[in-house]
Amino acid sequence: MTGALGQWLMSETPMSRRQAILGNAYRAAGTILANPTAFAGLVIVAALVLMAVFAPWLASGKSPLDQDLAGRLAAPSAAHWFGTDELGRDIFARTLYGARVTLTIVLLVSVVVAPIGLAVGTVAGYLGGWFDSVLMRITDIFLAFPRLVLALAFAAALGPGIENAVIAISLTAWPPYARIARSETMTIARSDFIQAVVLQGASTWRILFRHIVPLCLSSVIVRLTLDMAGIILTAAGLGFLGLGAQPPTAEWGAMVSSGRDVILDQWWVATIPGLAIFIVSLGFNLLGDGLRDVFDPKSA
Amino acid sequence: MSSDSTSAAIVQLYRGHLASTVLRRTASFLASLLATFVGLTAITFFISRLTKMDPVLSVVGDKATKAAYDRAYEALGLGQPVFVQYFIYLKRLLSGDFGISHLTAQPVLSDLLRVFPATFELATIATVIGVLVGVPAGVLAAARKGRWPDHMVRVVGLFGYSVPVFWLGLVGLFVFYGKLGWVSGTGRLDVFYDDIVTPHTGVILIDSALDGNWEIFTNAFSHLILPAGILGYYSLAYIARMTRSFMMDQLSQEYVTAARIKGNSYWRAVWRHAFPNIMVPLITVIGLSYASLLEGAVLTETVFAWPGLGLYITHALFNSDMNAVLGGTILVGAVFIGINQFCDLLYRLFDPRLRTS
Repeated sequence: MTGALGQWLMSETPMSRRQAILGNAYRAAGTILANPTAFAGLVIVAALVLMAVFAPWLASGKSPLDQDLAGRLAAPSAAHWFGTDELGRDIFARTLYGARVTLTIVLLVSVVVAPIGLAVGTVAGYLGGWFDSVLMRITDIFLAFPRLVLALAFAAALGPGIENAVIAISLTAWPPYARIARSETMTIARSDFIQAVVLQGASTWRILFRHIVPLCLSSVIVRLTLDMAGIILTAAGLGFLGLGAQPPTAEWGAMVSSGRDVILDQWWVATIPGLAIFIVSLGFNLLGDGLRDVFDPKSA
Repeated sequence: MSSDSTSAAIVQLYRGHLASTVLRRTASFLASLLATFVGLTAITFFISRLTKMDPVLSVVGDKATKAAYDRAYEALGLGQPVFVQYFIYLKRLLSGDFGISHLTAQPVLSDLLRVFPATFELATIATVIGVLVGVPAGVLAAARKGRWPDHMVRVVGLFGYSVPVFWLGLVGLFVFYGKLGWVSGTGRLDVFYDDIVTPHTGVILIDSALDGNWEIFTNAFSHLILPAGILGYYSLAYIARMTRSFMMDQLSQEYVTAARIKGNSYWRAVWRHAFPNIMVPLITVIGLSYASLLEGAVLTETVFAWPGLGLYITHALFNSDMNAVLGGTILVGAVFIGINQFCDLLYRLFDPRLRTS
């Protein structure tokens, strides 16, 4: 059975579009699994997703919000694996639930940033001329800015909160995607198959969205994975400064911040959520490095 | 026609060409600098319009009469079309008027000039650490590709790209200050040394050395070394990674083999033949890392209560002091853009391959 399926997937002459897509996915998955760093990254990211999904079950019913002032700042023990914070909340449960916030921010930023970057980049690259100059000038201006400080100023103006943190990060994170999409588009636009579609009378929008955007997607996704760590660190930084998720939501950056005053006596309060940020960023960096090796062997 | 006069003509032509290229480069550099500055101010202007705070109330207070409110409304130009308001804003900025900070009741500009030396001190020492360690490490990694120095640089780089700077600062304080007692805690000086140093430059290490006060110098150094070391780590992770990839490009070229065949030792070929060729891109990388340190200091300064630009901006943030936040953003942005563009200019001027396009 496996043999037949494997042969069907690895076939050099796919009989249907579905077979070609599945075959390509199968081959890419094989390459990623064979690359130890990418595999380690994949495991960490998968663990993050599982943690977020199964947080209530993994925390075995402990709430991330329930306070227990009598048992505040307790050291790690069998009852509280990672100890408790300054309000007696279980840090293990809060760290698990914190994965949800981190995942939400990362997903929302990707959903906002990738389409903006793709739209700006492909339009600039395909239409060229005047459009290109103006759009790329704007992109350059955004690229020349300090990201964190600009995100800080945006978050301060919009008011603290997860949604505003996402908007602030997105506003400062889209330019590199526009650059990548543009350079990809400029190579694709010159190929024969685009000329063929033009001759068949396809509209500019159809060419952009049905023919060019799908081909730019893989580089954008690789770049997005490499950027995830940066997004997580910026989000955690905003949270640490009090501009991200608001209390009592369990957010890793804010948790580190709350442990700041007691770092010398109760090290676990700040150390454990920070470790979570570090491990997850590391996971995305490893996965991104691996994906880049797979999809873009030139830059390795 | 003698060959002498031909070559003289060519040299003449080349000089003229070079002069015009430099002129054109400088002009395009100034144009892009101007465009970026307009962009920066447009964005900060946009942010200042985005806030839910009423700019009039922040001037007159919430107990003002209707008449006073209207006068202030007119004086601030809020009745004018948006782009006119933007020009008013730009004119004020160019005359150095960033508004008054509500928090310190001082002009934002003088506040910024007061806090900037602290950030400058931190970022400069960090960059020195980054260059002194990062460049040799990167060269070594490239020369020993696939062996342990290469793996070390890769691990150090991955760690640096993944670890949150504010957390590393806290853990550093816990270990080196709390447990080992090797360094001093937060701030720039111990409390009882405060306000003793005469501010010549605002950089305490220089000021105390100028006064010959080595006790304060040592104390300032023990406060500086941990935050500067942590920022320096980020800088060296980036510089080492970039140096490695630049050196790999050079070492794979034939002139290195030629240098070896002529009888040079391997390390002489690496340092005397290949290394000078990466100087220009390397300077750009160092400049970029320096610029990002001036920015990245925001979180580090918060953790170490370091009274610099970053701490000033965060303090202002929490007290809804928008003038101070935007002033700080513009200063950081201007420094960032300035360093970026300067490196770009260096690159274009010194790399002959980029002159033609």
